Amino acid sequence: MSVDLKMPVLIVDDYKTMLRIVHNLLKQIGFENVEEATDGGAALQKLRDRNFGLVISDWNMEPMTGLQLLKEVRSDIKLKGVPFIMITAESKTENVVAAKAAGVNNYIVKPFNAATLKQKLVTVLGDF
Amino acid sequence: MTRRAERSLPASSAVAHAAPRAPAATATAAGKSEIETVVRQVVASLRGDLNATDLSLYDELEGLARFIQSARSEIAALRPDEIRHKHLPSATDELDAIVVHTAEATGAILDAAEQIEAATATLPAENGRAIQERVTRIYEACNFQDITGQRITKIVKTLKQIENKVEALVAAFGDEVARERARGKESAVPAATPSDADLLNGPQLPTTANSQADIDALFDKL
Repeated sequence: MSVDLKMPVLIVDDYKTMLRIVHNLLKQIGFENVEEATDGGAALQKLRDRNFGLVISDWNMEPMTGLQLLKEVRSDIKLKGVPFIMITAESKTENVVAAKAAGVNNYIVKPFNAATLKQKLVTVLGDF
Repeated sequence: MTRRAERSLPASSAVAHAAPRAPAATATAAGKSEIETVVRQVVASLRGDLNATDLSLYDELEGLARFIQSARSEIAALRPDEIRHKHLPSATDELDAIVVHTAEATGAILDAAEQIEAATATLPAENGRAIQERVTRIYEACNFQDITGQRITKIVKTLKQIENKVEALVAAFGDEVARERARGKESAVPAATPSDADLLNGPQLPTTANSQADIDALFDKL
């Protein structure tokens, strides 16, 4: 099954530069409908307002971290099925274990490249 | 109570009885070395009818008091207040400036890369693809700004912890630090001509730096 490139994708990061980079890379891959949020609270609001097909979030944010956002998403009956990819500089084993336990679909360590992003998208969403 | 009886009391009782504190000393004692105060008071309580063992103990305690006083003076001479008020805030400001400048530079690079990417639509497909691949490399390389920012934030947090420790040190050695500060002011005679080392300060922070217009105006005045 091919991925619907028109589906809304939400990227969450408190660094505007990173939002811009991920946004541009997703556009290059072919996603047409990318939205941004600069913190976990705003992301949750957007997720509740609209049906997103994918969340790509940073971990290290304040006041709500990416892990907390993931837990909120997984505990919300309407959102719990949304694919969630963490992009973060946190590369310790315990971070990956905690994210996996909280229900993350995949994990990308910064700095990353376009090929890694695409590969993880394929792993989570299927071929496109 | 006789001296002999006084010395048979527990140390805290002897100290309390031997040397009532003056108000000023009481006010600063909390922030000063309690050990030194106790040693001095125990020594004071031992004056009088002393035997050889007492004298030996007296010498040891006096030596300990001198050592503590010397250590306090040395620490005060390091001017921990200057570290807290001048060096650490300056280092933090410099690090913040790095984050701001790298973010601005990265933003400018991304602006240009996005414009180049948009322009590839007007090129023959093969050329457009080749240029777009290079643009992708630019996007990837711009990851550095986020990583740099996070690393610098960690350093700033560490500096903050050091600042807190130094603050505690300044509080504990308040009087000595104030004396050292006064001594430093007395001996600080401005040089008539700054040395080469004095002139090497690196880039200035945006809030304090002269602009090119300031420099031009100054240059014309000289």
